[in-house]
Amino acid sequence: MKNYIIRRILQMIPVFIGILFILFFILEQAPGTPVSNMMDPKMTPEQKAELAEKLGLNTPWYERFVNWIGEAMKGNLGYSIKHKKPVLEVIGDYIGPTLLLSLVSLGISVLIGIPAGVISATKQYSLIDNFLTIFSFIGISIPAFFFGLLLLKNFAVDIQIFPLFGLRDPLLNSDNMFVLAKDIAWHLFLPSIVLGLQSTASFMRYTRSSMLEVIKQDYIRTARAKGLKEKTVIYRHAFRNAVIPIITLLGFWIPLLLSGAVTTETIFGLPGLGKISVEATLTRNYPLILGINSILAMLTLIGALVADILYAIADPRIRYD
Amino acid sequence: MANNEINDTKRKNNKSAQSYWGEVLYRLRKNRMAMICLFILTIIIALCIIVPWVSPYGIETTNMDDAVRDQRPSEKHWLGTDKIGRDLFTRLFYAGRISLGVAIAVVFLECLIGVILGSLAGFYGGMVDVIIMRFAEIFLSFPFMIITITISAVFGNSISTLIFVLAILSWPSIARIVRGQILTLREMEYMEACEALGISDMRRIFKHLLPNVLAYVIVYATLGMASVILTETSLSFLGLGVSPPTPSWGNMIQEARNTLIIQQKWWYWIPPGICIFISVMCFNILGDGLRDAIDPKMKR
Repeated sequence: MKNYIIRRILQMIPVFIGILFILFFILEQAPGTPVSNMMDPKMTPEQKAELAEKLGLNTPWYERFVNWIGEAMKGNLGYSIKHKKPVLEVIGDYIGPTLLLSLVSLGISVLIGIPAGVISATKQYSLIDNFLTIFSFIGISIPAFFFGLLLLKNFAVDIQIFPLFGLRDPLLNSDNMFVLAKDIAWHLFLPSIVLGLQSTASFMRYTRSSMLEVIKQDYIRTARAKGLKEKTVIYRHAFRNAVIPIITLLGFWIPLLLSGAVTTETIFGLPGLGKISVEATLTRNYPLILGINSILAMLTLIGALVADILYAIADPRIRYD
Repeated sequence: MANNEINDTKRKNNKSAQSYWGEVLYRLRKNRMAMICLFILTIIIALCIIVPWVSPYGIETTNMDDAVRDQRPSEKHWLGTDKIGRDLFTRLFYAGRISLGVAIAVVFLECLIGVILGSLAGFYGGMVDVIIMRFAEIFLSFPFMIITITISAVFGNSISTLIFVLAILSWPSIARIVRGQILTLREMEYMEACEALGISDMRRIFKHLLPNVLAYVIVYATLGMASVILTETSLSFLGLGVSPPTPSWGNMIQEARNTLIIQQKWWYWIPPGICIFISVMCFNILGDGLRDAIDPKMKR
C-alpha cells in the first residue's frame, strides 16, 4: 500500500510539471511584455531595455520557466501589480468563499444525490424513479448561469428574500460570530443551490447505474436466497459495493466544481477565485493567472490521488503492487 | 416487457435479419423519449437554418426609432426587439446557428483527435501508449473553465480559437474510451487472422478495429454535443467565448446582468436560455437512448 501511494505521487510529478510547462508556454505567447504593462510612458527605449534586463526578461523563456518553478517551490508565485500583493496572498484572500461554496454544494450533492440514486435504482421504472430520472436530466442540462439568473429574478429581485450580490451585508456591523455566519449562509444559499444542482443530478445518475449494476450480481441473489431482509441486502450488501466507483467521481469532482464556481461566483458577485480569475484574464494579469491555474491544477491532481488511494482502500479486489 | 421479448424472437427468426445498425435503429425507435428528443432537435436545427434566411429583418439591422427599439413581443417582432432595434426572434436562431455550429465543429475535432490518438495508444501499446496517455492525463488535469478563459485571453476570443481550445481540452475522454475498446478488440481471434494475412497496421486499425468502436464514438459525440453547448454558452455569457456583435445563445443572456432587464424584460434573456436548456437536454436524452440501443445489456 505504501509503495502504491509513493509510486502514485511520483507519477504525479511529471504530469504536474507538464501542466505548468504548457501553461507557461501559452502565457508566453501573450501579446505585450510585462514591461509594456507597467512602464511609465515617459521612459526612453534605453530605460526600457534596462528594466527588461533587470527583470530578467532577456533570458529565454525556458530558463525563466525553470526559475519560476524554483521560486514556486519556495512559495513565491510572483507579484500581482494590480493588487499590490504577492500572488499567493491574493489567492489566499479569495480562496475562502470558493472552498466554502464548493464544499457546501458537494455536501448537498452527496447527501441528496446518493440516497436518491439508491432509491431510484431499487424501485426501477416506478413512478418515483421516473420522476428522479427526469429531475436528473433537468439538473445536468440546465446551464448554471441561466438557472442562477432565474433564481435571482424570482427570489432576489421579484420577491426580495435573498440578497442579490456579494458574500456579506456591508451594512451589517456585528462582532457576533453567530450573526456573521448566518449572514454568510444567507448569501450563499442561492449560489450553493445553483452549484449543487448539477452535481446532485450527476451523483444521482452515477449512483443509480452503479446500484443497478451491482443488484444484478450473483452475490446479491445469494444474499436474497439466504433469506436476508431486503433492507439488509440493499444497504449492507449492494450499496457498499455500488459506492466504490462513486469515490472516483469525488476525485474528478474537484475541477468540475471549481469550474462551476467561475460562473456561479460571477453571477452572484461572490469574491472568490472564479471571479478573480475572470478579472485577471480580462485585465491580463498574467502572474495571477499562472498562480491560480497552478494551484487549481495541483488541487485537481491531489483530488485524483486521494480518490485513487480511497478506491484502493475501499475495494480489496484492486491489487496495488 | 414480455411482449417485446416475443417481438425480438420473432425478428431473430425472420430471414431478412437486420444488420447491426438496423438492430440499433430498431431499438432506438422503440425508445419514445429519445425519439421525441430527436424530433425536437430536428425542429430546432431546421429553425436555425430557415429563420435567419426567410426573416424580413437582417441579423444586424438596427432601428433606433423609439417605436421599434426595446419593444415587447408583438405581431411584427415575435420576440420583441433589443435596445438598438434588432429583431430578437431572428437573432435567437442566428445565435443558434453559431452555438450549434461551434458545438458540431468541436465535437468533430475532438473525436478526430481522440479516435486517432486513442487507437494508436491502444494498438501499439508500450511507449506510444505511455506517452499518449500521459498527455491525456495532463489535459484532463487542467482546470477546464479557467484554462479556457486563460487561452481565450491570450489568443483573443475568435470563434476559431474557441473551437480549437475546446477540442484540444476535451479529446482525452474519447481517447480513453477508444483505447480501452481497442485493447480488448486487439486480443480477439479475427485480429490474429488479420496478422496472419499480413494486413498492414493502418488497414488493421481503420478497417478492422475502428468500425467496431464507431458505436461508442457516436454515443460519446451525442453526449459531447450537450456538454460543449453548455461550455460555449457559459464562456460566451462571461464574455470570453463568442463575442458580440456575433450572437450566441450565451452572450444573448449577458443582457440579463442588468437589473432592469432581469426584472422587466424577459424577452431579452429567457428565450435563449430555454433554447440552451432544451437542446442540451435533448442531446443528453438522445445520447442515453443511443447507448441503450447500442448495448442492450447496459439497459438501465
